[in-house]
Amino acid sequence: MSLLDYFRSTKKSSANTAKERLQIIVAHERRRRNSPDYLPQLERDILEVIRKYVDISPEDIAVTLEQRDDELSVLELNVTFPDEKR
Amino acid sequence: MAKIIVVTSGKGGVGKTTSSAAIGTGLALKGHKTVIIDFDIGLRNLDLIMGCERRVVYDFVNVINGEANLKQTLIKDKRTDNLFILPASQTRDKDALSKAGVEKVLNELAKDFDFILCDSPAGIESGAMMALYFADEAIVVTNPEVSSVRDSDRILGMLASKSRRAEQGLDAIKEHLLLTRYNPERVEKGEMLSVEDVKEILSIDLLGVIPESQAVLNASNSGQPVILDSESDAGQAYLDTVERLLGEKVPFRFLTVEKKGLLKRIFGG
Repeated sequence: MSLLDYFRSTKKSSANTAKERLQIIVAHERRRRNSPDYLPQLERDILEVIRKYVDISPEDIAVTLEQRDDELSVLELNVTFPDEKR
Repeated sequence: MAKIIVVTSGKGGVGKTTSSAAIGTGLALKGHKTVIIDFDIGLRNLDLIMGCERRVVYDFVNVINGEANLKQTLIKDKRTDNLFILPASQTRDKDALSKAGVEKVLNELAKDFDFILCDSPAGIESGAMMALYFADEAIVVTNPEVSSVRDSDRILGMLASKSRRAEQGLDAIKEHLLLTRYNPERVEKGEMLSVEDVKEILSIDLLGVIPESQAVLNASNSGQPVILDSESDAGQAYLDTVERLLGEKVPFRFLTVEKKGLLKRIFGG
């Protein structure tokens, strides 16, 4: 290993990047899997409504339906609004 | 009562057929009467890996359609006692497998065999779904690589929702992770996901880790399951895997870079 490589190695390894990307996408897909079929369409519809007022992109919105117990499920809507200065 | 095990992955080319051949042979070597079924209709390959491609007369679809019986169709392995192969059909359309037909064949095999190994095709279409539907256990073959891990997670979702056990509300399919083409050197350099990384992401039990090995290509070139190459790292790793599948506690090998001694460094090896 050259001296240059030694300094480079302090950079994040590609395996770490792979792991982080996988953790995010797998968690996302698992939530999808366990949620009702109408959820993606609901998400798109909400996105359209918000877009009438604020310019946001699809990744700024997250809709999850969580089954707390037999009687209660919670629809959680998370919208990240853009920085006003932009 | 026979145990039905599906070897699956979602992604293609990760080593399903290599693993099916090796594990099936290993189970038979341990004295269990085993049949390996090729579910890859239209892309038959298990016969080639097992070295019996010229002995195929009838196939899985012939049996389902009643054109041949199991006795005529099963190919008895010439090297290993207790081992049989049920080849896939090469020419017919992919939807030739019906759930009822597959069930009938599996029920008949179950009377006679200890293990029924279902070698799944890649993808998530009907052939792959049929291969996993009746399974009691699943071996999810995964490479330490992003697309393979993601597809494995997808297949785990299918096992939990689209299988007979899921539909009938029975105990869930027992899921095992088999990590193949593992390269400890690249893991140490931070260039490849480690065993721990993949285990953490998929959160299922680790059945085996097969190192990236030249022995695998050599074995498939000659139509010998790699587990019979007992000198090779991959062969030994598959043998360990089979023992774990049978419930034995076996330590994991080939996970770290082998430190070369002085003599090896000088003379090579």
